[in-house]
Amino acid sequence: MSPVLVVCRKEILDNARDRRTIFSTLLFGPLFAPVMFAVMINMMVGRAVSTAEEELAIPILGPERAPNVVAFLAANGITGAELAGVATLEDGAEAVRARRAEVVVVIDPEFGADLAAEAGARITVVFDRSDTRASGRARRVQGALRAYSEQIGALRLLARGMRPDLVRPLVIDEYDVSTPAGRSALVLGVLTYFLLFATLLGGLYLATDTTAGERERKSLEPLLTLPVTRASLLAGKVAATICFMLLSLALTLMGFVAVLTFLPLEQLGMSAHFGIATALGAFAIVAPMAPLGATLLTLVASFTKSYKEAQTYLGLLLLVPTLPVIGATLLNVKATHALMWVPSMSQHLLVTALIKNEPLAAGMVAESVTSTLLIGALLGWITRKLYEREGLLG
Amino acid sequence: MIQVRDLAKSFGTLKALGGISFTAESGRITGLLGPNGAGKSTCLRILSTVFRADSGTATIAGFDVHRDALAARRVFGVLPHAAGLYPQLTARENIRYYGELHGLDRVRLERNIARLIERLGLAEIADRHAKGFSHGERTKVALARALIHEPKYLLLDEPTSGLDVMATRDLRQWLGELKAQGCCILFSSHVMQEVAALADELVIIAHGRLAARGAPAKLMADFATRDLEQVFVDAVARVTR
Repeated sequence: MSPVLVVCRKEILDNARDRRTIFSTLLFGPLFAPVMFAVMINMMVGRAVSTAEEELAIPILGPERAPNVVAFLAANGITGAELAGVATLEDGAEAVRARRAEVVVVIDPEFGADLAAEAGARITVVFDRSDTRASGRARRVQGALRAYSEQIGALRLLARGMRPDLVRPLVIDEYDVSTPAGRSALVLGVLTYFLLFATLLGGLYLATDTTAGERERKSLEPLLTLPVTRASLLAGKVAATICFMLLSLALTLMGFVAVLTFLPLEQLGMSAHFGIATALGAFAIVAPMAPLGATLLTLVASFTKSYKEAQTYLGLLLLVPTLPVIGATLLNVKATHALMWVPSMSQHLLVTALIKNEPLAAGMVAESVTSTLLIGALLGWITRKLYEREGLLG
Repeated sequence: MIQVRDLAKSFGTLKALGGISFTAESGRITGLLGPNGAGKSTCLRILSTVFRADSGTATIAGFDVHRDALAARRVFGVLPHAAGLYPQLTARENIRYYGELHGLDRVRLERNIARLIERLGLAEIADRHAKGFSHGERTKVALARALIHEPKYLLLDEPTSGLDVMATRDLRQWLGELKAQGCCILFSSHVMQEVAALADELVIIAHGRLAARGAPAKLMADFATRDLEQVFVDAVARVTR
């Protein structure tokens, strides 16, 4: 058997018995990433739904004093609710304090008389500003009440032969240009980052263990006295790291397939079919990152003096692939041939296009795969040069 | 035969070896003796091809340890100062890994593993993970690992340090057996009794230079003393920085 294979097999066996490696490779990445993603999606969907006209049930004290207001609120999806034993403003405030209600609308006893006398009829909205959910609901109630107030005001002006616009010098409009697809770009950026992150994380422990770990355990020196070139030893170690990275990527993709089946992606304007075919495509696109990541992690770990130092640097290194992804997401970068030469950016753009069900240019995929593998080979060559140094033993 | 000629090595401004020469014959045990920091480990590391000498040459079985490193590595076995076992692998797997990297065929590999486990009394721990091994057990496994390809040359760096009396005795006995089989054994130590009990030849170094060499009896005659320890002290004192 070739020494490269012997080393690779031993490193896989050795690390498969290490609970930390198994935890980070086979559990943390593949489990954490899809679950995290699912939570994010659910929050976004939840927020989108809450801004829509959701039925609100709010206790209204003294509805008989202002039947028109109650009817207007009901037309805006805010219905009166029962709150036993609460009659006055003080009772309402006490109920909110005691968390028996989030928002209470209190109609002043003199409401009818004041309204008839055009004297500023009072309605009080009781809520706790430190409670964000209650504040949001109170704002909706206040908005509806203000609209009713403006409507009455406009009618009074018309009755006096004046244009309501007189008291409305400004017209403030909202024009939201965000599209569902645009909003989902952020989500997709996160998804590709999770894929890259899980891939690198899968090899983190192996890259550390086979280099800095081996040196710290003093097992590197006898290893270097065997009739095997250092290049072969290195190749075996990197190969083992690549195996774990690919395994982690495959498991993470499976996790995403499982999780995304249950997520309401259509509501965010994403094509929901993240099925086996999409996962296989994403695997093919991201897989070339494994050799690049493995050589990069091994290179950095070989520079360090101890296991701990290696872990620190490699932990920071995990953030590096985020930078192109963040850049691409914020600047809304479109796939071009030149960008296919930027690792992690090219994977992000291609995987995003794949999930959006956009046609993939075969040329771009080839460029991304080639460039990523080439950069990996270059890093491998540098690492090999480093391994020939005597100082490797530390 | 191991031949060392004018070997010199510096680490930055620190001169570890200042040009030493000696030979170690096959079928004999040669003790490399010197105070701490004398350059014993550096010398052994150059011989085991881990370090490269700044100048001078060293050959093992005629192979230059620098130019013919891979060929030299095939003929020697190394017991480093720290055993350096893989804690997640069993004793047997640790030994097998080295045999595979030496390119032994399956039949010879398994036969040698079985023989070494039997001979070194490792049967009880052979299939346990190395994580919980005692120092003595680790040294035994590391020795079995060094011997897996039946080397004719054995380099040992402070093999008995930290071993208890029984383990030291066992080790002495095995080295005696290997010598009888025609092995060339070179070991380093700074413990005089150790060397006296084992070595046929002494190479005493201090400050990276040769202080004295020869058979123990000859050295005692040269230094006009019956005490080997006195030989050591006098020889080291002769070498000035």
